[in-house]
Amino acid sequence: MRKWFKDGDPWIWTTAGAVALSLVMVYAVVWLTAAKGLVHWWPKPVAEVMFTQPDGSQTRLIGEVREKEEVSLIRLRESGYNIDSTDKFTYRYLIKQGNRDITGTDFKWYPAPMLGEFTYPKDLISVERREWGNFYGHLKVVKEAGVVVADGPAAWAELKKRLERSNDLFSQAVRIEKVDIGRLNYQLEKLRLKERKLELRGTLTEADKTRFEAEREVLNGKFGALQEKLDQLRQDIERDSFVAVTMDGQEVEIPFAKVADALMPNDMNIFQKIGYYIHKFIEFIVDDPREANTEGGIFPAIFGTVMMVLMMSVMVTPLGIIAAVYMREYAKQGPLIRVIRISVNNLAGVPSIVYGVFGLGFFVYFLGGNIDQLFFPESHPAPVFGSPGILWASLTLALLTLPVVIVATEEGLTRVPRSIREGSLALGATKAETLWRTVLPIASPAMMTGLILAVARAAGEVAPLMLVGVVKLAPSLPLDGNFPFLHLERKFMHLGFHIYDVGFQSPNVEAARPLVYATALLLVIIIVVLNLFAIRLRNRLRERMRGLEGV
Amino acid sequence: MEKIEENIIKVGGYTGRRMAKDKLFKHVMTFGGLSVIIAISLIFFYLASVVVPIFLPASMDRLENLPAIGTLQDRTVHLTTEEQAEIGVRFTAQGKAYFFNLGDGKARGEAGVTLPEGVTITTFAAGDPSQRKVAYGLSDGRMLVVEQAFKVTFEVDPEDHAKDIRTIAPSLDYPLGGEPLVVDPEGRALKQLSIQHQGDEATAVALTDDGRLVLAAFSSRENMITGEVTTEASHQVLEPVEGEVSQLILEVKQRDLYVIHGGRLVSHYDVMDKSAPSLKQTVALVPENERVTAATILSGGFSLIIGSSKGELTQWFQVRDDDNNNQLTRIRDFKPMQGAVTAIAPEHFRKGFLVGDDKGNLGLYYATSRKLVLTRDTGDQPVRAVGLSPRANAVLVEAADGGIQTARVENDYPEISFHSLWQKVWYESYQEPEYNWQSSAATSDFEPKFSVAPLTFGTLKAAFYAMLVAVPLAVLGAIFAAYFMSPKMRGVVKPSIEIMEALPTVILGFLAGLWLAPFVDNNLAGTLVAIFLLPFSFVITAYLWHLLPKNITDRVPAGWEAAMLIPVIIVVIWLSIQIGHPIEAVFFGGDMPHWVSNELGWTYEQRNSLVVGVAMGFAVIPTIFSIAEDAVFSVPKHLTTGSLALGATPWQTLFNVVLLTASPGIFSAIMVGMGRAVGETMIVLMATGNTAVMDLSIFTGFRTLSANIGVEMPEAAVGTTHYRLLFFSALVLFAFTFAVNTVAELIRDRLRRKYSTL
Repeated sequence: MRKWFKDGDPWIWTTAGAVALSLVMVYAVVWLTAAKGLVHWWPKPVAEVMFTQPDGSQTRLIGEVREKEEVSLIRLRESGYNIDSTDKFTYRYLIKQGNRDITGTDFKWYPAPMLGEFTYPKDLISVERREWGNFYGHLKVVKEAGVVVADGPAAWAELKKRLERSNDLFSQAVRIEKVDIGRLNYQLEKLRLKERKLELRGTLTEADKTRFEAEREVLNGKFGALQEKLDQLRQDIERDSFVAVTMDGQEVEIPFAKVADALMPNDMNIFQKIGYYIHKFIEFIVDDPREANTEGGIFPAIFGTVMMVLMMSVMVTPLGIIAAVYMREYAKQGPLIRVIRISVNNLAGVPSIVYGVFGLGFFVYFLGGNIDQLFFPESHPAPVFGSPGILWASLTLALLTLPVVIVATEEGLTRVPRSIREGSLALGATKAETLWRTVLPIASPAMMTGLILAVARAAGEVAPLMLVGVVKLAPSLPLDGNFPFLHLERKFMHLGFHIYDVGFQSPNVEAARPLVYATALLLVIIIVVLNLFAIRLRNRLRERMRGLEGV
Repeated sequence: MEKIEENIIKVGGYTGRRMAKDKLFKHVMTFGGLSVIIAISLIFFYLASVVVPIFLPASMDRLENLPAIGTLQDRTVHLTTEEQAEIGVRFTAQGKAYFFNLGDGKARGEAGVTLPEGVTITTFAAGDPSQRKVAYGLSDGRMLVVEQAFKVTFEVDPEDHAKDIRTIAPSLDYPLGGEPLVVDPEGRALKQLSIQHQGDEATAVALTDDGRLVLAAFSSRENMITGEVTTEASHQVLEPVEGEVSQLILEVKQRDLYVIHGGRLVSHYDVMDKSAPSLKQTVALVPENERVTAATILSGGFSLIIGSSKGELTQWFQVRDDDNNNQLTRIRDFKPMQGAVTAIAPEHFRKGFLVGDDKGNLGLYYATSRKLVLTRDTGDQPVRAVGLSPRANAVLVEAADGGIQTARVENDYPEISFHSLWQKVWYESYQEPEYNWQSSAATSDFEPKFSVAPLTFGTLKAAFYAMLVAVPLAVLGAIFAAYFMSPKMRGVVKPSIEIMEALPTVILGFLAGLWLAPFVDNNLAGTLVAIFLLPFSFVITAYLWHLLPKNITDRVPAGWEAAMLIPVIIVVIWLSIQIGHPIEAVFFGGDMPHWVSNELGWTYEQRNSLVVGVAMGFAVIPTIFSIAEDAVFSVPKHLTTGSLALGATPWQTLFNVVLLTASPGIFSAIMVGMGRAVGETMIVLMATGNTAVMDLSIFTGFRTLSANIGVEMPEAAVGTTHYRLLFFSALVLFAFTFAVNTVAELIRDRLRRKYSTL
């Protein structure tokens, strides 16, 4: 035993344990996000159970069982459940009972000893509403303009049919609201700014005024027509409704206008469930968020992230490569360039929030403020570039990821063997030609690696973005059909910030949690894939260089 | 060579063009590269340029003498200006108000109060400066409340359409009507007066010439239908004080009254209930041989500033003691003036004040930061009256010889001093001096609390707990990975660690805050047991493995120990969680967090340092791991083989040869990790409660510099002290991480060179 200790064997195993623990942590994080994120779209069964109130009376609960955990009786006592038991611990269930408009809270913990047996009646419906969260209950009748058109078992089929119609109308209305009216508003605003600009210059003539007035008249006319159409649509949607019984026996009438989706989860077979899963997943990717971001999709966040990362790449790639080429190939290799190299390396370690502060102060307030004064005096006092936006966000992140690209490119350049450069120069090529035709192409995978790492870092970075342009809900995308199409000054949504905001700032964290896990999963996948790709690329490059060295 | 190229370019032709292109390429690259480098270094200089102003001393222009304004015989009782500090006002004892340009002293009009027949002015009182109201006490026991009104009109500039021309027209208003209000129902002349008028409520306190202290409260109501204003008045006589009353100070919310009397005493009356005012306490303000020569109340109505005949300046406010009684307490002393204090004027919205003494000196102070902002000599005549503009950007002084002097002041950041940033500060209405960061100002009487000490402490605490988790795991892991691990396993471990590094911190923070924190909260004992058991489980596994027959152990090649430990870890953690609840049931009364807060009396928060330590440790591990692994791995092979050849075991070789050589590299790895932990934002933002408390407990949260920036930066108004302080935090983070990384880099550089010579 003593000898075994002296050998150092236990210490070796301890170091091995450190590695093992780190690995467990990494995979636990990935697994946890995946496990919690992937179930988000799966239709959950709706349970019915009898609950004994602390005063002894019985009530019926209907809802999805979300979690089960062991809990100390002390805590239950603190929340008002006095359970007579010699045990110190018992279980409790988190039940999503929906119907927030009726019960006030849609998530509630119930101690297991006070619950009866869970049953799963087939006819329970789970309704996804556009406001107030989900509804659970037993369907009674479907009505058209207040008149019952179907009841009993036939009601469900009728509901499905009418739901399709109302959803179709709803999407038409949304289209008019967002696209058509949005465009009109944009044009009206442009017109106002044009007029104000002339006014500021002092060249606004009466003729101009009447012309502007006429244009405005036309736009307002169109606006009225659209508004009318919209009102008509809204009225059409309002036609149908259905009545359902909630868990406490109350009958509730829900208009179809408020319903996004309805299903009978207990009556679905596995294929229907898979179909529903795929449908919901697609919805998640392509839909706009609803209900303060806690429901619906995350399309604007995905779009914003991609857009910002693209813009950042366009800025960071040439700058990073030029700086690296200069430092490695043109600058005199002396103490000064060494200092610069170390500094650039170290910038990668500077906290990202510092870049955010710099971006806000320098880009937004200083540069943006001056741009506004020079080029957009007509918008005053509303800032154009003088407030956070996607341009400043991508510029800030470009600065943040610059060291990554520089370091990777430099590494690539260093690894190009001397023999290749000398061969090129010996054949009479100039230095520029050698670089352009030989060295840079060989080093290009390294640059690619740098860029991918930069993209991965930018996609996951949140702290600086909070300061320079990300918002929880952007009214319009930075890219749309209105001239000049790309709106650099607009604020945008971002996956990482979405996670922070919905998970921590939303009023109903419990309801938002599955969505946050799903969003996190998406982000993790994007970043892991990008990184694995970069790692592979780098390894292949190293192999190739090793091969070249022998030449 | 250069010469030849030049010539080729000049000759032109194909080769010439190529040469020119080469040259152009070089210039473009040089220019571009240098620009990028300069742009990067701009970060530091820009941050510094924003921060520097708060540390620059305040400045004041030269005092300019204004031409005589009004008659000199008529004593000045009050000096102030309007909002823009364009027009000054001088109220005189005879009821005149003279308006003048602050720039050149040109008269802008004058106004006098209209008095009833046969009545004279006997005293004057200025209300809270932010309310712009003053009152004249009359010989018949009444008073007249006057308001300075400045009507501002804008006109479009005919030369530049984008600009407006501003004109300010000064005048006097009578907010409570032109008819004097009765203060003393007995109609005796008022000798001293103090008033406040805010909204519908007005309160006046006066000393009558027969020595009574009378309190009069007025509340006006507007009839909704007729628009007629009716004023109700109530009168009370206050408990008398001993000695001669020298000053009455009523605070702006009309709840407390301070009477300075007997030369050195102050009596505090509670006048919140206007029908039952009561004397609360009497306190000596200065020692026996001194007298109070001037006193004022700071904006917000909490703090008294007392000036003495020896030039001493002290701040007093009520502090709630353990028995819940308010005690007027001496809070802090300021640097004394040279002569006896003759006049004090408070700033309108901040906690600053301007002091004049009888040797002609002027001092501008700031209460919270205990700072003498600047001093100025106005001549050798005693200062008779001082005044400040609403934005505290101009001062007005009147010396005994009658001339008014004025100067512009640049004093934007008086809140900042070493004391206010780093030491305990006794803030208004606090029980004791505290470290406190509270920047949001809801009202103008709010005293911003800019102590960066708790934030710095929080940052270091976060880094400490993160390092506690990360250093052992990362360094030990790196040793194993670099020295013992089989190459095949390295192929799995290294990318995993890179993924670990790449995982966005927002995800770590989210999991820590929404999954780990509740989990730990519910399984506290289990978590602690797991942390305790894990290291032992490694050793025990090693021993069991050692006991296994050789033919089994030989089947597994060396270097796969880590893989074998993975299931062990999972089992140990699972077991610990399983026994956690029974342990809590037996030893901790069924609920450990409950026990911690009730039995130990420690504060317990769900989002605590333990959670942050684990989450941030996770984020820091890969940084330390990669650098340390590199350092251990690049130890020249002949050193280790030599050692092994001499009969040392692998562990002895590692411990005595490898680690010794690689230790600077490992140290630099830890430094870089530290830099990362200090600046991490999202994890702390999401996994702690972000309260700026200062304790080392593992069960409480904290607020770090970086999280503070993340939370407050978007709301900070550009150019304010708050904004610049946030920049200061950013600069500190920048400088700290940059310095740490540079040192680490230099260490590694030296190490690399050492390796190459070995």
